[in-house]
Amino acid sequence: MTITENPSPRATEADSSFTQPISRLGDRVFGGLSFGAAALILVALAAVAIFLFTEGLPAFTADEGEFNRSFLAYVGPLVFGTTYAAAIALLLATPVAVAVALYISHYAPRRLAKTLGYFIDLLAAIPSVVYGIWGIAVLAPILSDSLYPWLEDNAAFLPFFGPTASTSGRTMMTAGIVLAVMVLPIITAISREVFVQTPRLHQEASLALGATRWEMIRQAVLPFGRSGVISGAMLGLGRALGETMAVAIILAPANGYFWNVITNQNSNTIASNIALSFPESSGLEVNRLIASGLVLFAITFGVNAMARKISSTGFSGAD
Amino acid sequence: MMLITDTVEPTGFEPDDAMTSGSYTRRIRAAIGGAALLVGAFSWLPGGSVNLARWVVVSILAYIALTYVVARRIESKRQATDRLATAVVTSAFLVVLLPLVSVIWTVVERGSNRFDSTFYTETMRGVFGEIEGGGYHAVVGTLVVTGLTTLMSVPFGLFAAIYLVEYSSKSSLFSRAVQALVDVMTGIPSIVAGLFAYAFFVFLDDIPVLTVLSTGVGHRSGLAGAVALTLLMTPVVIRASEEMLRLVPNELREASYALGVPKWKTIVKVVLPTAVAGILTGIVLAVARVIGETAPLLVTVGLAQDTNWNPFDGRMTTLSIFTYYQYVQPGVPPQVGQDRAWAAALSLVIIVGILFTIARILSTILKPKGLR
Repeated sequence: MTITENPSPRATEADSSFTQPISRLGDRVFGGLSFGAAALILVALAAVAIFLFTEGLPAFTADEGEFNRSFLAYVGPLVFGTTYAAAIALLLATPVAVAVALYISHYAPRRLAKTLGYFIDLLAAIPSVVYGIWGIAVLAPILSDSLYPWLEDNAAFLPFFGPTASTSGRTMMTAGIVLAVMVLPIITAISREVFVQTPRLHQEASLALGATRWEMIRQAVLPFGRSGVISGAMLGLGRALGETMAVAIILAPANGYFWNVITNQNSNTIASNIALSFPESSGLEVNRLIASGLVLFAITFGVNAMARKISSTGFSGAD
Repeated sequence: MMLITDTVEPTGFEPDDAMTSGSYTRRIRAAIGGAALLVGAFSWLPGGSVNLARWVVVSILAYIALTYVVARRIESKRQATDRLATAVVTSAFLVVLLPLVSVIWTVVERGSNRFDSTFYTETMRGVFGEIEGGGYHAVVGTLVVTGLTTLMSVPFGLFAAIYLVEYSSKSSLFSRAVQALVDVMTGIPSIVAGLFAYAFFVFLDDIPVLTVLSTGVGHRSGLAGAVALTLLMTPVVIRASEEMLRLVPNELREASYALGVPKWKTIVKVVLPTAVAGILTGIVLAVARVIGETAPLLVTVGLAQDTNWNPFDGRMTTLSIFTYYQYVQPGVPPQVGQDRAWAAALSLVIIVGILFTIARILSTILKPKGLR
């Protein structure tokens, strides 16, 4: 009895006459469903690529007469705005995120650490539209009252902080700060995970040689966690590039390339441009928006692929 | 190690100058903190008005600087660097808490203006001017779209995870391809998922047999939104379930096989119950992730003023879309619309908070007895 119901697939194939048909049917259905679900992933992603491409294609090939500029001239400033906003966010978020991850992994009392990690995760779960209206209603007025006039007065020699600071606060800087708050939990979570995994013996060896806590972190924890931090930052970058609602609500967009981050004239991002224009678009404009979405997909795909490459080749320095 | 430092520091040693002379005591740290707060308070003076944000920022900077200077004087340079690092890391953490507290405080404060029964019983049909209106239709839309998404992506994700863990060998080409594509799926920007769902339903419209599925006006429907969200939620479900299934010890499976239980029954009766806590937690967190999604729904679901329970027919409104439109197009007078937006935002945050709490409770009560 027990022998005939041997579930190993090879055995069932070999002595199928011994197996009870009911269990084979169950196995076949279940295995088929599982395989089907896995195969559906391939189909779904192929569908995403194909549908975006076929719907976007008319915009790539449209002659310039249809719109008053070519697709490249249209998407150029958007790509610039997307990367610029994401770069600001990453520049602000990464150092803070690493510090927070270190605090949770090596400074906070152990019992508190778990709760703190939970709070940081909660920060990641707040919907982006809530961050958006918080950014425009609370953060933007604070910044346009204090930081922007100060930057305009004292740092105008830099091209980023040129004259006529925005009084509404709907600037690239505000959007970048809100994006930073949004990607910070991602970078923190991944960095913390790696920091916690630092071999205990490395840390104790360092402390035993008389290192202070900070010296131990520099000698043992940071070298070990470097690749984790980098891949976390890349994943955060991927999120910042694709973030839509916060930017759409906060940014006052204009057409063109703008380096200045504290004025009302900003290059829009791809995602925000789609969100703002799509509901009112029709015909070829829709195709053009979908084509710009395809460009965004390509950019985030590249960034995420790079993040995975770093994280899979990482950790070698510590061994 | 923690224990040892804790016991070695009895307060009795504090007053003894011989033991602690020249070192950085708790009292000095408190003094530095107080001084930093004072420095921060002085930063109001030029402006003349209380600016809480500036007070906090200046105080923190002053605390960091003072810590280093004082420690440098009474201790060694290395100790001072260590204290500086501690101060920087701790204040970075406090700085990060500021936006979280501010977001939650703002949402609760402004959302409570309209957090009343009218908001949850009335819709926006025929609402103008100072009529209060409500978000009942948005709550319905959120439930319908998120429910449909969960119905589609949980079986899809769970079976895919089962395939990856239980059926395929890790090194097979197909399995590696699926793994890589799940990673790609995780990184799809939400708005791109929305565009895909839109393009997909436009395509369905061109095929006569399938038009039943896309009767939405201008290709907008709850189903299209759910398809977009499924694309975002499935990889999260797969990753969470996969991780949990891999944690199930192989001995359990082998014991089950040894008793002659077929493979599918082993998975259903042994593997899944062992991993159920983690899987359910992952699913709840995945729901929390998609329930506030706005961008893909903006493209696919559109906006409606009235309740629509049917995801296969026409536009709907979800809480997130409602929040967005009520805030950016509040109407006249703007206060009424913006109050509705904040109330909807508050509802969203409460829902996410509840889901997080459920996830936490689930993960503790459903753990197999041995691991609790």
